[in-house]
Amino acid sequence: MKRKALLLALASTALTATSVMAEDVTLNIESWRNDDLTLWQDKIIPAFEAANPGIKVNFTPSAPTEYNAVLNSKLDAGSAGDLITCRPFDASLALYDAGHLANLADMEAMGNFSDVAKSAWQTDDGSASFCVPMASVIHGFIYNKEAFSEVGVEVPTTEAEFFAALDAFQKDGNYIPMAMGTNDQWEAATMGYNNIGPNYWKGEEGRLALIKGEQKLTDDAWTKPYETLAKWAPYLGDGYEAQTYPDSQNLFTLGRAAIYPAGSWEITGFNAQADFEMGAFKAPVMAAGDTCYISDHTDIGIGMNAATANPEAAKAFLTWVASPEFASIFGNALPGFFPLSNTPVELEDPLAKEFVSWRGECESTIRSTYQILSRGTPNLENDTWGASVAAIKGTSAPADLGAKLQDGLASWYAPQQ
Amino acid sequence: MDRPRFRWHIVVFLAPAVLVYTAVMIFPLFNTLRLALFSKIDQERVFVGLENFQRLFLDPIWSEQFWNALGNNFWFFVVHMLVQNPIGIALAAVLSHPRLRFAALYRSAIFIPTILSFVIVGFAWKLILSPIWGIAPSMLDAVGLKSLFAPWLGKEEYALTTLALISVWQYVGIPMMLIYAALLTIPEEVLEAGEIDGVTGASAFWKIKLPLILPSIGIISILTFVGNFNAFDLIYSVQGALAGPDFSTDILGTFMYRTFFGFQLQLGDPHMGSAIASAMFAIILVGVCIYLFGIQTRMRRYQL
Repeated sequence: MKRKALLLALASTALTATSVMAEDVTLNIESWRNDDLTLWQDKIIPAFEAANPGIKVNFTPSAPTEYNAVLNSKLDAGSAGDLITCRPFDASLALYDAGHLANLADMEAMGNFSDVAKSAWQTDDGSASFCVPMASVIHGFIYNKEAFSEVGVEVPTTEAEFFAALDAFQKDGNYIPMAMGTNDQWEAATMGYNNIGPNYWKGEEGRLALIKGEQKLTDDAWTKPYETLAKWAPYLGDGYEAQTYPDSQNLFTLGRAAIYPAGSWEITGFNAQADFEMGAFKAPVMAAGDTCYISDHTDIGIGMNAATANPEAAKAFLTWVASPEFASIFGNALPGFFPLSNTPVELEDPLAKEFVSWRGECESTIRSTYQILSRGTPNLENDTWGASVAAIKGTSAPADLGAKLQDGLASWYAPQQ
Repeated sequence: MDRPRFRWHIVVFLAPAVLVYTAVMIFPLFNTLRLALFSKIDQERVFVGLENFQRLFLDPIWSEQFWNALGNNFWFFVVHMLVQNPIGIALAAVLSHPRLRFAALYRSAIFIPTILSFVIVGFAWKLILSPIWGIAPSMLDAVGLKSLFAPWLGKEEYALTTLALISVWQYVGIPMMLIYAALLTIPEEVLEAGEIDGVTGASAFWKIKLPLILPSIGIISILTFVGNFNAFDLIYSVQGALAGPDFSTDILGTFMYRTFFGFQLQLGDPHMGSAIASAMFAIILVGVCIYLFGIQTRMRRYQL
């Protein structure tokens, strides 16, 4: 009896094994997004496998903090998966330089993406692209709609209106006008400086000029945002100096604050926590009618292991990732992580929809410090955190902050010397 | 025949400890010192001699951070010496009073924070001092002193002192216990002899007990010194690797961590990190040597 069962089991495994071997190719994906495991297994992979019979896909994520180290050792040992989820900028560039990622520049599907979207996974001269952009996060402000109607404040579009709205909440006294703290430092730079800044340095124009050395951090375009940040302090509520990132999130979702300087990644969490209606507005422009710029920051891409045994199948998968079908599955399953392809995606979440609608009205750019400029010591990104906090607290004058950052950058970055 | 036999059992018994200690302490220590002499240039590890140290001490960008961290570290140590150790001694003196009731309860209560994880301590104090949800502002409010409250952890001028005091709160039990043990070893006869000569109460403490526990105070000082210059955990768990606001709480440990492992977009540099670790080692070594040869050898000891 027992033996029969064993035989049967053996026979069935042999059968399935041969059927797999006959045609199927299995692709393994390396990723740090273990939070998204079910999304991949239940939605993305079945959709791909249905459209591409003969290719099986395994999503094998590791913990975010361990991903870089694990991936590097796997690549060196030759045991890494066929597809590799790419962190933006230097971490992935180092993999390409070491010969671990294949050049995808000649893949037709790369035409579905704008230059800004591709910039996170290109060599400095832009000649080689090594990852297909998957998702970005957009910066703006999320606001409490009920608070706005209660106090009778219109959604601001210009800077003057923005500060008038903050004043109205200040006068009303029932809400903290804006929920942000400086304790963890990065919010001041990421949700402060790089949120409002692109309107001052005109997005890509200024960012690229800075990389080329044509503009300096002491220029008005780069110090003016600090002047504006300095005006935020009175609206941030008592003790904002020691307020942490979770504190700010809680203040807003508990309905105690009216405006939250945000990144779109907050959407899922806020939808779950807040029981009031929320809206979003983009960083205010100087004067009505000015071109607006938004920070549409590239965050996740996916590339091909140069040593893969199945380059054709891997490319088929990457082409599919670049397609609108993938974009709509991904964008709707993770509201707040926006697909980067040029074809607009129909999103269902109203808040996410508002964020993504700005792409049509404004010019997109990425965070100014992420490409190339944070490669040396002192690190420009980390210094920008400190500078943004100092600007808000008023401990340094904006011009001094610009001078200090410029000195630091010039100390190692040749085009700025 | 007369030659004493080589005593193999000594080697055998020492071997496990020597091997383990070498593997986990001595080898890493010397390897760190060695690593500090290299640098990575174009994906290759190159021997650069003392260049890393030259950069650390002379390059304005690095030296400014280094001296800032070292200065903060000294202040951290000074607060511990001025607050933690005197309070520890005072508590021990009170606890050793024979007529104090519930002494065991107080002793345990004061010692308990020492065995808590620094993550819990850091998190708890962050909440206590939080200007939004914390109980510190409302407690001050209850006694009408709300105006004294400030977001201490977020202000450059207070943050480091606040953290030092949190650390004092956590570790005050250690000097208390050591001094308490030292006080208990003082024989009754000595105190009785003093009483007969008219030395009682507070003067008995200053004239008899304190000189007798001085060696213990010396040990506590050196433990505090080593502990503080190796400190990292509390600052990291409360303020993060950037040791904000504006590096005002940056000590050598967080500076080393940030440099060695990298942070956010800053890539790790094990070689500069090792150079900082070597500097920390040298500072602690010098401090300990000054104590051992300069102070401990001159300290008078009394045969009890």
